[in-house]
Amino acid sequence: MIPLGHYLIVSAILFALGTAGVFLRRNLITILLSIEIMLNAVNLTFVAFGRFAGSVDGQIITFFVITVAAAEAAVGLALIIALFRHRESLNPDTFTNLKW
Amino acid sequence: MLALIPLFPIVGFLVNAFVGRRLPKRVSGGLASLMMIASFVVAALTVWQVAGLELSNRAIEQTLYTWIQSDNLTIDLTFRVDPLASVMILVVTGIGALIHIYSTAYMHEETDSEFARFFSYLNLFAAFMLVLVLGSNFPVMFVGWEGVGLCSYLLIGFWFKKQSANDAGKKAFVVNRIGDYAFLLGMFAIFTRFGTLDFQHVATAVSPLAPEAGFGIISIATLLLFIGATGKSAQIPLYVWLPDAMEGPTPVSALIHAATMVTAGVYMIGRNAVLFSHAPITLLIVAIIGAATALMAGSIGLVQNDIKRVLAYSTVSQLGYMFLAMGMGAFGAGIFHLYTHAFFKACLFLGSGAVIHALHGEQDLRNMGGLKDKLPITFWTFTIASVAIAGVPGLAGFFSKDEILYETFRNGHWILWAVGLLTSLLTATYMFRLVFLTFFGHRRHDAPVPAHPEEAEPDFAHASASAHGATADQHDAHASHGPASAHGATAGRHGDHLHDAPPAMALALIVLAAGSVLAGYIGIPHALGGHNALGEWLSPSFHAMGQALEPNAVEGFNEAQEAAEGGLEMTLMLVSSLAAILGIAIAFFIWNKRREIADRAARSMSGLHTLLMNKYYVDEVYDAAVVQPIRIISTEGLWRGFDVKLVDGAVNGVASIVDTGSAVLRRLQTGSVRTYAGSVLVGVVVILGYYLWR
Repeated sequence: MIPLGHYLIVSAILFALGTAGVFLRRNLITILLSIEIMLNAVNLTFVAFGRFAGSVDGQIITFFVITVAAAEAAVGLALIIALFRHRESLNPDTFTNLKW
Repeated sequence: MLALIPLFPIVGFLVNAFVGRRLPKRVSGGLASLMMIASFVVAALTVWQVAGLELSNRAIEQTLYTWIQSDNLTIDLTFRVDPLASVMILVVTGIGALIHIYSTAYMHEETDSEFARFFSYLNLFAAFMLVLVLGSNFPVMFVGWEGVGLCSYLLIGFWFKKQSANDAGKKAFVVNRIGDYAFLLGMFAIFTRFGTLDFQHVATAVSPLAPEAGFGIISIATLLLFIGATGKSAQIPLYVWLPDAMEGPTPVSALIHAATMVTAGVYMIGRNAVLFSHAPITLLIVAIIGAATALMAGSIGLVQNDIKRVLAYSTVSQLGYMFLAMGMGAFGAGIFHLYTHAFFKACLFLGSGAVIHALHGEQDLRNMGGLKDKLPITFWTFTIASVAIAGVPGLAGFFSKDEILYETFRNGHWILWAVGLLTSLLTATYMFRLVFLTFFGHRRHDAPVPAHPEEAEPDFAHASASAHGATADQHDAHASHGPASAHGATAGRHGDHLHDAPPAMALALIVLAAGSVLAGYIGIPHALGGHNALGEWLSPSFHAMGQALEPNAVEGFNEAQEAAEGGLEMTLMLVSSLAAILGIAIAFFIWNKRREIADRAARSMSGLHTLLMNKYYVDEVYDAAVVQPIRIISTEGLWRGFDVKLVDGAVNGVASIVDTGSAVLRRLQTGSVRTYAGSVLVGVVVILGYYLWR
């Protein structure tokens, strides 16, 4: 059986990749995808911990997270479309109107 | 029943204040006068009722409601009429009513709304004075005390378009406040010592005590109360407002000087006679201040040229007499003089008002003269009142003034007695100077026109100055008023169409002149085989309630003593009568026969004359010693220093710190979502790191 540490390492790598994507990419859709990766890294941790603790709690939480992620993707994509219609751009660095 | 006495004038005040402007003058003036008469009738009935009571318990009370209730302090809104208060309510309502009636004629040139305003103030004034007199404890008295201060401000500044009237009103108000502050402190001192503020309870508490030997709490309390009295009753050092109060309409002066306001201080001391007689040091101070004021004001009155100002100083001087009496412990004599003074001073002021009215606002003695035949009623009533105030035997002033001088001498204060006698001489002289300059000789126009604008300002200037414009010559502008000015000034100059007092004014004058003659006969001294009815009547008020009064103590001294002192009293009476007659003779000789003597005397003693003309420079000294320092401290210290620098500095400083700080901090809000996310990440890492590696 694959030990818990391996799951956590994979999960940490995924999470780091996602974070890097959020901060490094200049495209809102890619950023949204990176966020999904981060969420799934967390899901993987939950499931791994649940499996090793011998309960289904981790898997139940993962279902909730997937649900929220679906909603988030829907809202996020809608916002991105609306933004694009206004600004003809998907680069988040150009959206800095909300400041002093 | 008692509450009706002040209630009538209050009703008059309310009606005139709220709907008066829509009423014709006849209605508003008539209503105000009627209310005063009604109040007088109720007062008379009340006094009748009081007179029917047992000597030892002669007072009726009415408690309207409990006003203040807090722990051991209970203050009821209670009115009480005892012999002292009964004299006062009769004076206030009686003379007040006459002054109201007189004013209906005197003020007839005002517009309807001004006329109603005037009468509403008059009624309010009388109402507050009645509250002051009827109050059975200090706080209720204080309500009236403050109220008359307010009304004096309103009435002195009645012609508020005239700057000098405004200033005089403010001066009266401010000077009175100083005294009122001391009065309040005195009240607190009494409450601290006796735990009650009811006059009777205080008297009962204090009467078993021995008179204070040193300067204890009773002395402090009474001295503070007396300082309050100096403010209201125009004594040194707070008398300065009264002469300036002449800016108000003349009936107001009569009301302030005769019936209300200035008598309040004397009354207050009489009301607390038991308390004051336990503070011998205060009494001595009262007597000395009284005598000093009497002399000082009398000497100023000798040289003033404004007819009303002479009378004002005369009032200050006579009030000094009353305080002298109070200080001698002769409370009955002081109240007696208050009561006779009310008649002749009201008569004199109303008479001077009639003169001013006839001369269309002329107040300067130098522009009068020869009015004897033109204004017979005014002349005779004014002269009778002058004879009465001078203290010629047989008239009101003689009896009361003589009693004061006698009591002073009997108490061994012969210096004060000599001062009193000298003042009596001065009184006779300045009063008859007034009579001779106003009514005898020929009409003069020698006043140097507006040399002293403040002093020579005519009563009606507010209505006239602009109507005349620059073309009218100075004298016309000076002596005229209102729409009738052109005619009036010309008539005044030729001495023709001078009208004597109209019926309403004549009525008041004649009644008051009769009073000036007859009022003294209720207090004929024993030495003249009379019976001091007033002294006897008042006496219960000067003892704690219910205290057994020995028959002899009632009259202040016993029969055996009286027989021995009868001769002394006769001698003193003779001396003071001689002083009065001498004073009149001097006035007759100087101002009727050889007027140049006055001028020569003024020139040869120019230092003294200037000093007196400028009223001993008291106003200037006060200005330099009190007003200017306060002004400088307020402007430079409190305003420019404390307020601008400290208070404003603190407020603005806080604001500018926040402003500068925000200017830096707002740079953090970039608007870039990525930056925010970055800070969240850094924050998470830091927090997690802290927990992992701590």
